[in-house]
Amino acid sequence: MWIYEKKLQYPVRVGCTNLKLAQYLFTQYGGPDGELSAALRYLNQRYTIPTNEAKALLTDIGTEELAHVEVITTMIYQLTKDATAEDFKRAGMGDFYAIRDGALFYSDSNGVPWTAAYIQATSDPITDLHEDMAAEQKARTVYENLIKLSDDTGVIDTLKFLREREVVHYQRFGEALRIVQEYQQQKKIF
Amino acid sequence: MNDQLAFLNRLQQVEFALVELQLFLDTHKDDQRALMEFNQYSKQLEMLKKQYELQYGPLLNFGFSPSQYPWRWLEGPWPWEQVF
Repeated sequence: MWIYEKKLQYPVRVGCTNLKLAQYLFTQYGGPDGELSAALRYLNQRYTIPTNEAKALLTDIGTEELAHVEVITTMIYQLTKDATAEDFKRAGMGDFYAIRDGALFYSDSNGVPWTAAYIQATSDPITDLHEDMAAEQKARTVYENLIKLSDDTGVIDTLKFLREREVVHYQRFGEALRIVQEYQQQKKIF
Repeated sequence: MNDQLAFLNRLQQVEFALVELQLFLDTHKDDQRALMEFNQYSKQLEMLKKQYELQYGPLLNFGFSPSQYPWRWLEGPWPWEQVF
């Protein structure tokens, strides 16, 4: 069951309207290595993973990723909310405006819609946790790319925070992997 | 940053420590020190939360926060409108 807190996990400070930057950020909203993919991947894998530790971790990190979705969308919203149709045309994003004005959507920075093909669940906990660790690395890399693309200091600060979280999540999943491996060893002995 | 946002920022800091400890405890269930820290921050959060809500209304929905009259859950700023 989910309860909602009316507050961002991290303070977002956007400099000024920047449509191109908003477009880049879409990849962490509805893209393959974005926060939505992470949240849905972990929240779905938890049903068949053994050990309470893994179930707790997938639930908790999955929940934190939903909070990160909100941080990404807040940046996109604040980067685009004052833009006019003219602004979109000038930024070369008239095609974006034509479909949905300034509305957000689950797509990547190329407009490719999100798909469940970005995630997997195999019921093999070793496999699932390895996917999770890989996912965190991919997200870290994308944040590093976005940091290089951005010239907005507020956005860069938030991206650095999100990048740090991926590193911590990777660490936690590594620990869960060891716990699950020990659990499987014990099952063999007894 | 106005007073409400400054208060939200204080909550963000305490809650961040709690998120970190939550994840850490998930894979370190026998760490007594971490658990003690978690409970300390949890108490601090409870106090801050009550203070915040007295002035600015409910932080959480579905009964995890009370509301004054008239229904204050409707009030902004919503998270995507929070300009720090």
